[in-house]
Amino acid sequence: MMILLLMPIILIILFGYAITTEVKQVQIAIYDQSRTPLTERIIERLEANEYFSLYKMVNSEVEVQDLFRKGKVKLVVVFPAQYKGLSDEYVQIQTDATDPNEAQQLAGYATSIIRSELQSSQVQIKEISSPVVVPVVHLLYNPLMKGAYNFVPGVMGLILLLICALMTSVGIVKEKETGTMEILLVSPMKPIFIVIAKMVPYLLLSFINVITILLLSRFLLQVPINGSVTLLIAISVLYSLVSLSLGLLISTVTNTQQAAMLISAVVLMLPVVLLSGMVFPIGNMPDVLQWLSNIVPAKWYIAAVRDVMIKGLGVEAVALDITVLAVMVIFLTTVSVKRFKVRME
Amino acid sequence: MNDIQLSHINKSYGKIEAVKDINLSVSQGEMFGLIGPDGAGKTTIFRILTTLLIPDTGKASVCGYDTVRDYKIIRNMVGYMPGRFSLYQDLSIEENLNFFATVFNTTVTENYDLIKDIYVQIEPFKKRRAGKLSGGMKQKLALCCALVHRPRVLFLDEPTTGVDPVSRNEFWDMLGKLKSQGITIFVSTPYMDEASRCDRIALIQNGSILSVDTPANISASFSRILWTVRANDMYKLLADLRAWPLTYSCFAFGDKHHLVLKEATDKKNLYGYLQMKEHENVLIDTAKPGIEDCFMALLGDNVK
Repeated sequence: MMILLLMPIILIILFGYAITTEVKQVQIAIYDQSRTPLTERIIERLEANEYFSLYKMVNSEVEVQDLFRKGKVKLVVVFPAQYKGLSDEYVQIQTDATDPNEAQQLAGYATSIIRSELQSSQVQIKEISSPVVVPVVHLLYNPLMKGAYNFVPGVMGLILLLICALMTSVGIVKEKETGTMEILLVSPMKPIFIVIAKMVPYLLLSFINVITILLLSRFLLQVPINGSVTLLIAISVLYSLVSLSLGLLISTVTNTQQAAMLISAVVLMLPVVLLSGMVFPIGNMPDVLQWLSNIVPAKWYIAAVRDVMIKGLGVEAVALDITVLAVMVIFLTTVSVKRFKVRME
Repeated sequence: MNDIQLSHINKSYGKIEAVKDINLSVSQGEMFGLIGPDGAGKTTIFRILTTLLIPDTGKASVCGYDTVRDYKIIRNMVGYMPGRFSLYQDLSIEENLNFFATVFNTTVTENYDLIKDIYVQIEPFKKRRAGKLSGGMKQKLALCCALVHRPRVLFLDEPTTGVDPVSRNEFWDMLGKLKSQGITIFVSTPYMDEASRCDRIALIQNGSILSVDTPANISASFSRILWTVRANDMYKLLADLRAWPLTYSCFAFGDKHHLVLKEATDKKNLYGYLQMKEHENVLIDTAKPGIEDCFMALLGDNVK
């Protein structure tokens, strides 16, 4: 039981500190063929940046390949001979693209650092040869590009589903397995009360977990709660109800705890991780998967939490998500109450 | 009015016919025993009567209510103790009892007089978890839980299986007291020696009822002479007796063999046969047939 209260804490800390997609102190190497004050200034800048740390200055292309092969560095900057920083000259950036997302991100950082140094030096030597278009990027809602802004809603979606669906289904199926369901059925107690009695504890538990996650992410990970906390909790309770009714549905189609657990894990967990937009952006998926993602409750929940928590939007912005979740609750509850057997078969 | 009525009940699980054309009636206040080996169909009959299963064909009623149509009414009136221990193992004796009292919209104090005799035996351990109780105590607790709402009909599916002989005896004494309070009891057991405790019994095998009568009448229906035979080498004795042309049937029965012959014959005749087969310390006697002998005989008739 304790694990259910500790799990959100562990997950938040794991995602917050260990499993992170943010770039920090990545080892790089520099192959400087010109060694001018300009390149030295650029190197200094790269070194001073928190994203990179200079592993080694190298002196040949062979050495560069060697470092990549040994996995010592993830990015190498190559300055051509007699580099003056003119617009028809090129600085080469090589990255280890075994992790393509990270490689792209690193290349982007390195490019922007070099470009900004070039701009300031051009201003200094007053040698404005050609007008350079300088894009000014303004990052909305998450200016520091913190991963926490993305995964906190994701972890909430995951944990609520896990606790509500998995525990409810296992809880009800356990009664079937131990035979206590047999006695409960041969009693005046209405089946709907058996079901409600099984759901209430997990609803409470998930409520506590939502509060824990919000507190942790606010004070430990410094993720702001920009919107209404009440709205956030209301959406979470609605999503918990969806998960509970999913758990109930699973319990009506399985007879052993193992089967209930497997179905919860495979049928529920995988779509949440893969199709909810928690890990992979839905916009990049093939049409079929995008369409499929619409039936994953976590997709709507995570989107709504992002809107309310990070963007600080009000209820009108998440009306669609709330409607979809509400329809899911009604549909799933009706189906599972219909399917709940008042007899043994 | 009959409290339990089964007419032409059939139930199959897939291709397996669990019970075939069952007809039974149990009157109010009667203690009725369903006697038969494992797999005979006892539990299926219990589940049909407790509204947990719907029969394929036939009608079943409890207290005059149909088990399919009026299942909600029946669930208020019956107490059910399934064959497997089915209480909450993590709850203590006290908690289990209070829980089931609440489930049945009553309190322990309201019907305490009914369960008092049984409950005082397990009361010293009332804080102990149900999962940590001995087999006999578990059964007493389960019986208390099944009685807590003062049911009109009590269904007990193999209540004494896995319980030691002393506790079994006590358990049947308790059932006797409950019967005297006017509760109809429908009980099943694989132990033939318990059958004599019932008012009437039904012998069941392979889903069919072989015979329904009082234990005394069933024993009396045994028309042949029952011989008991002992010797030093019991195993060889059984084989030799079964090979004897005059033998109708022979079964190992405790420390003796029960022998039934095809026709009446002199004791000397049997003695001579066993002498010829070189058995030592042969003891031959006659015995009063019990339920088990009748059951075996009925089975034998059925097969032949």
